[in-house]
Amino acid sequence: MSRLAALIAAVVVAAALAGSGEIPFSERRSSYEHMSPETKAMQDGDTDNPGMLWVLDGEVLWRTKAGKAERACTGCHGDAEKSMKGVAARYPAFDAKRATPVDLSGRVNICRVEQQRAPAFAPESKDLLALATLIARQSRGLPIESDDERLKPFIEAGRTIFNRRQGQLDLACAQCHDDNWGQKLAGITLPQGHPTGYPLYRLEWQTLGSLQRRLRNCMIGMRAEPHAYGSPEFVALETFLMWRARGMAMESPAVRP
Amino acid sequence: MARALINAPAKARRGAVIEIKTLLSHVMETGFRFTSTGESVPRDIITAFAATYNGEEIFRAQLFPAVAANPFITFHTVATESGMIELKWTGDNGYSATEQVRITVE
Repeated sequence: MSRLAALIAAVVVAAALAGSGEIPFSERRSSYEHMSPETKAMQDGDTDNPGMLWVLDGEVLWRTKAGKAERACTGCHGDAEKSMKGVAARYPAFDAKRATPVDLSGRVNICRVEQQRAPAFAPESKDLLALATLIARQSRGLPIESDDERLKPFIEAGRTIFNRRQGQLDLACAQCHDDNWGQKLAGITLPQGHPTGYPLYRLEWQTLGSLQRRLRNCMIGMRAEPHAYGSPEFVALETFLMWRARGMAMESPAVRP
Repeated sequence: MARALINAPAKARRGAVIEIKTLLSHVMETGFRFTSTGESVPRDIITAFAATYNGEEIFRAQLFPAVAANPFITFHTVATESGMIELKWTGDNGYSATEQVRITVE
C-alpha cells in the first residue's frame, strides 16, 4: 500500500512538473506499439486473436431473429460486412431523437428494443459484446471520424471529466495519459489511452470487454466511484476519447495485456 | 455458439512440416475463485486435447487450471497423406468438442 501510494505520489509530482498539455497529433500512438511481439502477433492473426471468437458469435446473432418483431439484424442491415463498414469508427454518434450521443453498445440496444422489440441486453453481456465486436470488426484499419458539430458540447463535457481530478488519489485521466504517457507506472508503460481497439480482448481479464469496462478499471484504480454502465458521463468521455483519437486506425478486436 | 478457430494449411507437399493452430472458446474457470458473496466458483476447465491424423494420434496435451481462458494450442506434424485431421477437446462437466480439417497432400 505505502509503496503504491509513494509511486502514485511520484507520478502526481512528475505530472505537476511536466504540466498539462494535449498530445501533439504527430506523437499520438496506439498502445499496440508498447506491446510485446507475442501480443502483437496475437492481435494480428485472425485465428490467433481470441476476440475473433466474439466476432463469430456476433455473426450468428446478426442472422438470428429476435423479439416480438421476429426480425434479425439482417432484416434491415443485410450483410454486416457491407452495411457496418466504417460505422464503429464514427461512434459514439449523435442521436437526433435523444439529442445526445449514443455509443455502439447503446445503439445495439436501441435497435434491439425499438426495432426487434426484444429486451435490452445487459451491459457487458456476452451477446451485446459479440454484436458490438462484429460491428467494430468491420471498421478495422479505417480512421476514426469525429466531425459532427452536434457532438461538440459532449466532447467538451468529456474533456472536462478527463481533466478533472477525482477519487481518493486525486488524479485526473490527463495526468497519466496526456502528461506522462510512455513513463512507467510500476511495470506498466502508461499508454496514451486511445480507444482504437474496443471492444478488445484483455489478457488480464481473460475475456473481451468494452471501453466502459476499461474506464471503470481506471476509475477504481484512482479510487473514484465508477460511473454506471451507459451513464451520460461515460458516453461523454467516450465521445471525447474518440475525438482525441480522430484519424487513428481502428483495431477492433484488439488484444491488450 | 462459436467454439473454435483453426488455422491449418488446406494443401501441403508430401513430407512438409505443417503447423496447426487451434483456439478454443472456453472460460477455463480455475476453481480457486470466489463470488462477491463468498461462494466458491466450481472448477470448469478443459483437461485434455488430442489430435488424430487419419485416425492415428499425432498430438496430445493435458491441461490444468493454470492454463488461460480460450486456450491456444499450436503443434506441428509432417504431411504424410491426404485426409482428415481431427481435433478433440474434453473437459469438466462432460465437456467435449471436436473439429475436423481436411488436408490435401501433393
